[in-house]
Amino acid sequence: MDNLHLFILILVMAGITFLIRMIPFVFVRKKIKSRFINSILYYMPYAVLSAMTFPAIFLFSENIIAATVGTVVAVVMAMTKRSLIIVAVCACVSMLATQYLMLLF
Amino acid sequence: MQNAKSPYTFKNGLKDGLPIGLGYLSVSFAFGVQASMLGIPLLLSVFTSMTNLTSAGQLAGITVMTSAGTLVSLILTMMLTQLVINARYFLMSVSLTQKVDESFTISKRILCSFAVTDEIFAVAMSKPKAIGTRYFYGLALLPYVCWALGTLLGAVAGNILPSEIKEALGIALYAMFIAIIVPPSMKKLGVLITVLLSAGISCAFTFIPVINQLDTGIVVVISALVSAILMAIFFPVKQESDEDNDTVLEEKSEVENG
Repeated sequence: MDNLHLFILILVMAGITFLIRMIPFVFVRKKIKSRFINSILYYMPYAVLSAMTFPAIFLFSENIIAATVGTVVAVVMAMTKRSLIIVAVCACVSMLATQYLMLLF
Repeated sequence: MQNAKSPYTFKNGLKDGLPIGLGYLSVSFAFGVQASMLGIPLLLSVFTSMTNLTSAGQLAGITVMTSAGTLVSLILTMMLTQLVINARYFLMSVSLTQKVDESFTISKRILCSFAVTDEIFAVAMSKPKAIGTRYFYGLALLPYVCWALGTLLGAVAGNILPSEIKEALGIALYAMFIAIIVPPSMKKLGVLITVLLSAGISCAFTFIPVINQLDTGIVVVISALVSAILMAIFFPVKQESDEDNDTVLEEKSEVENG
């Protein structure tokens, strides 16, 4: 994939994202009343993030064990309601520590 | 509907935007690292952030960009993925129309809609009075600058750091997603089921032979659509009266990040 193709794809991505935000802001004058549509839109972000995270979080690195340790740490930290940045830093540090520990053995 | 003129200034907006901007620095840093690991050139990573301003959409986007296929098939995949992943902005923009004053002319609505993110939306909706364009410009400015800056720093870091550290940084964005979905899953059964269902479908399409041939982007679309539709059928959310609508949306907007 050369840079021109990447550039075109970025423009497509930006265009769709912009239209989703722009069309309702300019044209919609009323709130959405359909309970079904509202329910879908309510659940969608959780569903999207979950599908993007699992199983990708285990597979993005070649070191599945270290990635799993990082995942467990992230879930536990998230359960104690830490901020995004704390959860992320702890996951990174625990994954890094696991990688180095595994080099020792 | 016409709201009274907004009392909030550009400076009020800047002040409210600062904490959002600081948060965006770290999320976009993680995005920059991820993009460099996927081999996206530094300038194109920054360009992505400057034209999109959305975290999950951009991560899915760079995954699509670096997957195999013809340009036409990738464009179609990209359109479908972004439609589903960014669908929530549609609802936010609808709600925002009820919150703005008459300074939001058509052309300014077109301009400002670009900056409708989860956090900017949440802060705008939390103001007790109507908001005007000046406030909105102030609110969006620092998050926008920080989003681009963080991406640049992350992409640079991704290019110069040793591979172990890069790999470990690669988990940051996923960890942030976990930090977003876990707390509401503990509070609301419907959200927990959604999260488990969607992860289950996604894993099935990754590991089960025959159906594991699909691209990651399409798998995310299928998992999210199927689970959200099933949940809407079997666990529809309560319809709130107009008065409660704002608080519901605020809570919902905590859901995501960029």
